[in-house]
Amino acid sequence: MFAQHKRKIAFLMPLLVFLGLSIFLLKGLGGDPNALPSALIGQPLPAFRLPTLSGQPAELTEKDFLGKPALINVWATWCPTCVAEHPMLMQLAKAGVVLYGVNYRDEKADAQRYLTQRGNPFQKNIMDTQGQLSLDLGTYGTPETFVINAQGKILYRHVGEITEEVWQKTLKPLMDSTER
Amino acid sequence: MIPEIGYFALIAAWVVAVVQCLLPLWGSYRLQQQFWMQIARPAAVTQHLLVWIAFLALVWAFVEKDYSINYVVEQSNSALPVYYRIAAVWGGHEGSLLLWALVLSGWSAAVALFSRSLPPILVARIISIMGAVAVGFILFLLATSNPFTRSLPYFPVDGKDLNPLLQDVGLIFHPPILYMGYVGFSVAFAFAIAGLLGGRLDAAWARWMRPWTIAAWCFLSLGIALGSWWAYAELGWGGWWFWDPVENASFMPWLTGTALIHSLAATEKRGVFKAWTALLAIITFSLSLLGTFLVRSGVLTSVHAFASDPTRGLFILIFLCVVIGGSLTLFAFRANTLTTSARYKVFSRETLLLGNNILLAVAASIVLLGTLYPLLADVLGLGKISVGPPYFNALLVPLAHLLLILLGIGMVVRWKDQSAKAAWQTLRKPALFAVIVGLLLPLFAQGNYQIRAALALIFVFWVVGVCITDLLVKVRAAETLWQGIKRIKPSYWGMLCAHIGFVVTVVGITMASLYSLDKDIRLAPGESIDMASFAVTFQGVRDVRGPNYDAIQGEFDVYQSNHFITRLYPEKRTYWVRQDRLTEAAIDTGWTRDIYVALGEPLDKGAWAVRIYVKPFVRWMWGGAVLMALGGLLVIIDRRYRKNSFQESLDVRAA
Amino acid sequence: MYFIHRAVFIMLLLASFSAPAAIQVYSFDDPAQEQTFYTLTNELRCPKCQNQNIADSDSMIAQDMKARIYQEVREGKTEQQIIAELTQRYGDFIHYRPSFKLNTAVLWLGPPALLILVATLVLMNIRKRSNEIESEEEDI
Repeated sequence: MFAQHKRKIAFLMPLLVFLGLSIFLLKGLGGDPNALPSALIGQPLPAFRLPTLSGQPAELTEKDFLGKPALINVWATWCPTCVAEHPMLMQLAKAGVVLYGVNYRDEKADAQRYLTQRGNPFQKNIMDTQGQLSLDLGTYGTPETFVINAQGKILYRHVGEITEEVWQKTLKPLMDSTER
Repeated sequence: MIPEIGYFALIAAWVVAVVQCLLPLWGSYRLQQQFWMQIARPAAVTQHLLVWIAFLALVWAFVEKDYSINYVVEQSNSALPVYYRIAAVWGGHEGSLLLWALVLSGWSAAVALFSRSLPPILVARIISIMGAVAVGFILFLLATSNPFTRSLPYFPVDGKDLNPLLQDVGLIFHPPILYMGYVGFSVAFAFAIAGLLGGRLDAAWARWMRPWTIAAWCFLSLGIALGSWWAYAELGWGGWWFWDPVENASFMPWLTGTALIHSLAATEKRGVFKAWTALLAIITFSLSLLGTFLVRSGVLTSVHAFASDPTRGLFILIFLCVVIGGSLTLFAFRANTLTTSARYKVFSRETLLLGNNILLAVAASIVLLGTLYPLLADVLGLGKISVGPPYFNALLVPLAHLLLILLGIGMVVRWKDQSAKAAWQTLRKPALFAVIVGLLLPLFAQGNYQIRAALALIFVFWVVGVCITDLLVKVRAAETLWQGIKRIKPSYWGMLCAHIGFVVTVVGITMASLYSLDKDIRLAPGESIDMASFAVTFQGVRDVRGPNYDAIQGEFDVYQSNHFITRLYPEKRTYWVRQDRLTEAAIDTGWTRDIYVALGEPLDKGAWAVRIYVKPFVRWMWGGAVLMALGGLLVIIDRRYRKNSFQESLDVRAA
Repeated sequence: MYFIHRAVFIMLLLASFSAPAAIQVYSFDDPAQEQTFYTLTNELRCPKCQNQNIADSDSMIAQDMKARIYQEVREGKTEQQIIAELTQRYGDFIHYRPSFKLNTAVLWLGPPALLILVATLVLMNIRKRSNEIESEEEDI
């Protein structure tokens, strides 16, 4: 009698396993499997010493990005999404948001021309020609934007274009909260 | 006009599938069953013909370059050669799904045509269940993935072209053969469900089901091997298996399908493992369906994934729940009534086949767990993790070794009861032979003795040794050698052939993994590089033009011990339409090694970055799969499956 | 064998970093370091084109990572150190060989546990049944 009971439960197992599995599959639907949250949230900015784009001063370090909550934007002239994002960055700069640029793997002349033509939203801009700071930041493409607080702690990383919606819903509330 | 005919044929096929599903099944539960059940066969054949019309209409649209059809625009271009335009039909989501439906209806038509000897009630139910699967799939096509959608009145003058990576002979053969395997397990699935519905899961049932299952397994083995060979030849990295979710999706049904054909053997010969066999049939087809879901829903990242679409994902998931959930519920309630009268002892072929099944099922669970774990971790908030080749290799290699050990023992052990002493008498010679040969062979690897290679080779030669021993025992039982060989049935040759095929694949995987030489190197014209006993000299590059691309073609001379062997022409192609740049590797194939040259990027002063591999025994991997499929074929043609089923059907009619 | 390679490499190595080549050329003085580099680039996942290891990937970030790994291997850092460093920046995602932790315990221990459990249960069951045969036979 008891053995018979055990058999029944055993035969139910495959169904139960499948039902459990399908719940996970349902939850997985619609999610973006490529999305990758930054591993550096809550960490200080990585140390660096890199040349500036303007040449004035010649070099900057991570200490130069401290003092105010800011956005650090990793960009490149050859990246179409960065071009698309540029007007939004200009708008943010006008509204008084502190923006620092990390120019990724570009020729200096190209980057300077790009900013002359389109306007320069960045208060400071460093050149990461070998991509080594970008690697320390854990970036995997351009554009990427990091939110840091006044102490240089990384609060958030956004991958891709900053749209009005992203700014209003995600980045702005973060910046506002850290100012207080 | 013709695409519309195709579309209506597809709708008609769906209607016929509904009829094929409902009426015979309903009829099988009525007293006056003959009339309704007779609908099954013509319905299955009609449905197949209608899907053919839809499929050919789509082929026509590609051949005639009808760019008013969105799918044709997405997948082809006027400059594409006609054979690729036809293969492009299944190059994208919609068309490949239509191919799925075509293959499915083809298998059910085949069951309708080649099952004259089966009991009518079983045939009616099998065809009806396959009809139910077809209803879901054709509805999926019509509702979410119609390949015939037009963009009238404005349409482009030319297509966006087929992804250059797909423009390869692999696209012509790999998907149809793979789908024949994948979808072919729907027959085994339908047999299992029909058997559970009727409560009849006996030796006769297993004997009817076995050739169909083996046929699907042969196709799947070939399909996977073709896919692996294609990736190796085309992707330009020299890799042949990446443990990508899509590859895993085809490997899981292969593992459980392999378990299934072995447990079917036990059910057929001894009437044991009935419930387990039915469950394996359900699981195998379920894993095929799960693979379809994983590839097309966008829940996992994959190189080969089709454009992901949550709507499609939701549709398949619901379909999955109905088909798999329904059949497992049926299993839960019916499997309990199955009893086995046959008894066997601990040391018997039954136990060893169970061991084989446990190992293969655990292997399938490892692949499933590894494939889905990143998704599970993400959903449970455990963070983003990656599960890749190191994980699968670490767990599956020891399992494969265990499997080979059991395989050798299982071949000589008798059903029911085997004396351990007698088994040892037979097995000690092959065991000794295997250990000696396995330990010695890696010494020839030019000073690179690898323990892992020795270990794998010991198990390989263990199986080879047992095969030879067992064959000799069988042959010696007769008076003369020739008589002995003649007495052996095709199914036994098939088993030997498939098992040898399996170890041949193991040799290929082991040697290509452990002894492959890889070099990424800079070569200027006239320079050469040594790789083991080979030397490869770069002669230079020139421009060439293909049917729909321009290419830079490199010229490499290959020497072995200072003798010229061959000249290789790898290419760097730029396809006109998409402006995609693609590396086309050049490979010198051989029995014991491949030499693989891929052209990278131009460096300064006429030099090029070049990737060169020497891959020992890499062809054995795919050759083994061909032997496995051949072995399956030999088992199918064994007279036993036709003669006995015919006699039994006479018995059924007489009763 | 190896020293011939090295000679060829030293001759050829000039300017290999400036060109953004899909196939990059790296040379090593020490076969052990070369092996470490090979293992690492084959076991690390490209975060950009997510289904390739960085050895096979052409993406810029993969090239940066290879350059960094090359430099660090040459400086004598161990495999574990480099993996730890990259994991810190990119998360566990970056490594194709999931490390054994609480969140991967099921992944690593599940399959062996399953195998042992199932094999034990099945063997016990078969033994029980075959004992039944023997006792039946004794009854006769």
